[in-house]
Amino acid sequence: MYPRPIPETARSARAAYIALVVAVLILWLLPLVTVMLTSLRSFEEVMAGNYWGWPKSFNFVENYTAVFKQTALARYFVNSLIITLPSVVGVLVLSTLTGYVLSRHRFPGNRLVFALFVGGNFLPAQIMMIPVRDLMVGVGLYDTYFALIIFHTAFQTGFATLFMRNFIAALPDELFQAARAEGASPWQTLWHVVVPLIRPALAALAILTFTFVWNDYFWAIVLTQSDAVKPVTAGLNNLRGEWTSAWNLVAAATIMVAIPPVAMFFMMQRHFIAGLTMGAVKG
Amino acid sequence: MSQFWRRHRHWLAPTLFILPGALLFGIVIILASVQTIWVSFFDWDGVGPMQWVGLANYEQLAADPQFYTSLKNNVIWLVMFMLAPPLGLALALLLNQAIAGMKFLKSLFFVPLVLASVTVGVVFTWVYDPTFGLLSLIYGWFGATAPALLSDEHLVSFAVVIAALWPQIAFCLVLFLAGLNNLNEDLIGAGRVDGARGFAMLLHVVLPQLREVSFIALAVTVIGALRSFDMVAVMTSGGPFGSSTVLAYQMYEQSIFSYRFGYGAAIATVLFAIMAVFIAWYLRTLLRPEQETA
Repeated sequence: MYPRPIPETARSARAAYIALVVAVLILWLLPLVTVMLTSLRSFEEVMAGNYWGWPKSFNFVENYTAVFKQTALARYFVNSLIITLPSVVGVLVLSTLTGYVLSRHRFPGNRLVFALFVGGNFLPAQIMMIPVRDLMVGVGLYDTYFALIIFHTAFQTGFATLFMRNFIAALPDELFQAARAEGASPWQTLWHVVVPLIRPALAALAILTFTFVWNDYFWAIVLTQSDAVKPVTAGLNNLRGEWTSAWNLVAAATIMVAIPPVAMFFMMQRHFIAGLTMGAVKG
Repeated sequence: MSQFWRRHRHWLAPTLFILPGALLFGIVIILASVQTIWVSFFDWDGVGPMQWVGLANYEQLAADPQFYTSLKNNVIWLVMFMLAPPLGLALALLLNQAIAGMKFLKSLFFVPLVLASVTVGVVFTWVYDPTFGLLSLIYGWFGATAPALLSDEHLVSFAVVIAALWPQIAFCLVLFLAGLNNLNEDLIGAGRVDGARGFAMLLHVVLPQLREVSFIALAVTVIGALRSFDMVAVMTSGGPFGSSTVLAYQMYEQSIFSYRFGYGAAIATVLFAIMAVFIAWYLRTLLRPEQETA
């Protein structure tokens, strides 16, 4: 290991090390922690200008119910779920199919198709903004859930294809030879050989796609307009404009927006890290 | 029919498998991107008929001072973002110890990575607030007055980039921790035997093994810097007086707020051209090792 591990016997060195890490961590997360604290403050305290000190009173229940009752946050929250979950499912299905074909079937143009998926994934959103918006307006989907679901499914399929192709390409060749020897059709091979083996990849992709789609802001403001379909990211920015002085409530809303991806991350951390580093590293 | 299927399924089935994903991605992402280049040769308000103007949008762009402000800010983003890989590596070196509790502490360090950029923007807007912000508090301890970073046209871009660096450093941290976990123990051991330690070890034994990870961290950081939009939109809306716009934001503003879709498309095309260089470089490196083995 590098740096050299601190030996178990060096108790005081270990204690000092942990103390140092915790100190750096507090500095690192300071902005977020203070927002959390502010989400608990009373309105009077905020008006009095105590934003960064220890809260004088804790108003967890009041503030968080207020944010759901007095603002459209609950609506935005539901919207985000309605947009994110189908997109994740769509991406998993499409990328399993594309990844399987691109990794296990040779055909002219295979590399080109793969390069387009990977390259397209790095394009700036603005290069496709006008035609995508125009397309959604044209087919009557602008300002509906479908506009965002379709776009996110399409865009995330790029990264997911890179990921799936590499994962399936790394599976042992013998399995596929055996399947061929048994006379299995491509569909049978996919269903009985590939799908059972790619569960970890599916889990990693699910959590990554969830985070990417949930956190999207650009497409939320380009493809939606009304509160009835707007996801939380765009909604939060609206709330911030409307509730400028109620920092405690905006802080509570900010924390609420952050909770789903952070919770998902902690629940599936291993998959998240594996996905991020494999998608990036194993290329 | 079934006989036809049986005879041809070895290529028909894969074609059917890849079609939905390829069509969707091809139309919504690739075709749309190409179409933008086409739109950039027109004068268009987004609703009415399109008027062919040739290169007029680009000529206008070349004379637009706002374009140069955006370009300059994109360079500021790019240069400052280069801090993310080394800082991520430094954090990774600090955290790479297998001690009880470190796993949990490490994952807390990753949190900024999963936050929405809107969240990061909102949080840092408060940090920078000139009257109530954390920064003004810190300045206050020293009896000084904090600069109003987000309304100072010379400092605003730097302030926004620093906020954006937070999740980017976390991203690099994740990559480098994974890289440090995959180090070749034999080489490290050999280095130790040869008396390499500390910085010399890092430079001559560890870093060469982190080449691939460093490349990814660098590439992702460059592309992330050029793609920056959310933080500018949330923290400053390009202000004050357009001093913090980047190409991505200027494009959005010109199209959505000023209904100049052709002009917006031209800005997007320029941004795309700049990024294409990096994307091509990344793709080449990414796909090359396979070509050798294939």
